[in-house]
Amino acid sequence: MRLVGKREWPNAVLLKLRSDVLPLPAAAPGQFVQVRVDQSPATYLRRPISIHFIDEKQQELWLLVRKAGAGTRAMASWPVQTMVNLVMPLGHPFTLSGLSSSDKVLLTGGGIGLAPLLYLGKVLSQKGLRPVFLLGGRTSDDLIQIPEFEQYGEVCLSSEDGSAGARGLLTRHPVLKERTFDRIYCCGPKPMMVAVAAYARERGIWCEVSLENTMACGLGACLCCVEETTEGHRCVCQDGPVFNINQLKWQI
Amino acid sequence: MADLSVNLPGLNLRNPVLTASGTFGYGREYTDFIDLSQLGGIIVKGTTLHAREGNPYPRMAETPAGMLNAVGLQNKGVDYFIAHIYPEVSRYDTRVLVNVSGSTIEDYVACAEKIQALDKIPAIELNVSCPNVKHGGMAFGVTVEGISSVVSAVRRVYHKHLMVKLSPNVTDIAEIAKAAEAAGADSVSLINTLLGMSIDAEKRRPRLSTVTGGLSGACVKPVALRMVWQVAKAVGIPVIGLGGIQSATDAIEFLLAGASAVQIGTANFIDPAVSVKVVQGIEDYCERHHIEAVSSLTAALEI
Repeated sequence: MRLVGKREWPNAVLLKLRSDVLPLPAAAPGQFVQVRVDQSPATYLRRPISIHFIDEKQQELWLLVRKAGAGTRAMASWPVQTMVNLVMPLGHPFTLSGLSSSDKVLLTGGGIGLAPLLYLGKVLSQKGLRPVFLLGGRTSDDLIQIPEFEQYGEVCLSSEDGSAGARGLLTRHPVLKERTFDRIYCCGPKPMMVAVAAYARERGIWCEVSLENTMACGLGACLCCVEETTEGHRCVCQDGPVFNINQLKWQI
Repeated sequence: MADLSVNLPGLNLRNPVLTASGTFGYGREYTDFIDLSQLGGIIVKGTTLHAREGNPYPRMAETPAGMLNAVGLQNKGVDYFIAHIYPEVSRYDTRVLVNVSGSTIEDYVACAEKIQALDKIPAIELNVSCPNVKHGGMAFGVTVEGISSVVSAVRRVYHKHLMVKLSPNVTDIAEIAKAAEAAGADSVSLINTLLGMSIDAEKRRPRLSTVTGGLSGACVKPVALRMVWQVAKAVGIPVIGLGGIQSATDAIEFLLAGASAVQIGTANFIDPAVSVKVVQGIEDYCERHHIEAVSSLTAALEI
């Protein structure tokens, strides 16, 4: 696909991609793409990146990429018009069945973990829901694309240094005490997801988390990215990245 | 058009390109990308007598031009394979080989016997070279005595094509290959992964749960090519070359060094369609060089 637009922040970049020839393949919130990074000698494997948003009208796929290492920095340096080799869509998406339009849904993301929640928010709003987004980061630099999130629900922010929203860890945000939720969808660093899972379990709330174990193939072939589950080792790339917290063997 | 077929003892391949065990799942993971019937064959995931959970996460670390893995033969066991996977893979219009591993000689023998009963599996690849398991695996493949004992035991019960996958983690791979040949191997495939290690300096921790793991990818190709060349000169049985092959040119280099066929491994992760592209590229090479049969490239290196 061709890179048709980009926007850069200190810690992340937004890449908008479109195919010149093919319609965008159907993809569900929570799925990811495997991006080949040809211009980075230190990057051998593809980079798994969650689907941030799909703009059906413009036929655009949006990826929100944290500048974490050589591969993702190379992606951030791509000029518009770069042709990008992607494998997509991959993985098991967030579960949307069983939702009713009166359900109170929390979408919570830490750091770049907010990425997959925008497309999820859009799909939920198309189902008549208005989710609460609880988004957290180290500083205000991590809290990006906020006006986009505001289109689909109520946005609550937190930052560890207090530079935006409530100060402190996302899991201390007052909204978690003030409201009740029927479902939680979560993506972020593991300690944050474990804390959210603990919050959900204490209250008996249905909760799914999206994991980012290091991957090689992305297709379920190499068995490198496994997570311990109630059914043994499962591939995050194929059986996940989205798991219900009841499937995981986390100490929560 | 050149004749791409390869005739190994009791195993005819449509062309010299196989996919390497552990990098191609059971084939079905790749059917969205390629037509499996265009391959010489596929070698399915390492299979053991009993189910194995494999090693804890993390199991993979990227390296410059390669990767380390420490999967540790995760699989559901040979009975599960026979009941749930064989019915599907037996319908593929390509050769399907099973990679067989174990902790004891008895395990290897029992597993090989069960697979021998499967009509549509014309060969096994005996894995005596997995660096990621505590018992068995590579322990058999690094000594002449070890490889002799396991290969001869399996040979007594297994009557189809017996390919033995060699470890590069030895002083003299030609000696090991000769021992496999003497014990009854029909072919040898090499190289399995090179034992390696990766450290996160910031955390002062190893990047793999097992500390060490198997290195594969483009970075191992020169080592693999050298070993294929050494082994091909030392044995009379066919050699199957693998290690860092990413293109038809890479594959042809292995053929010239003495391989009769090749396997594509880690490159499948970077381009899921690479195996078929390698077949196409070999065909183009043959046409360009007016080669009638790909088999004439084997050991055609001019020194």
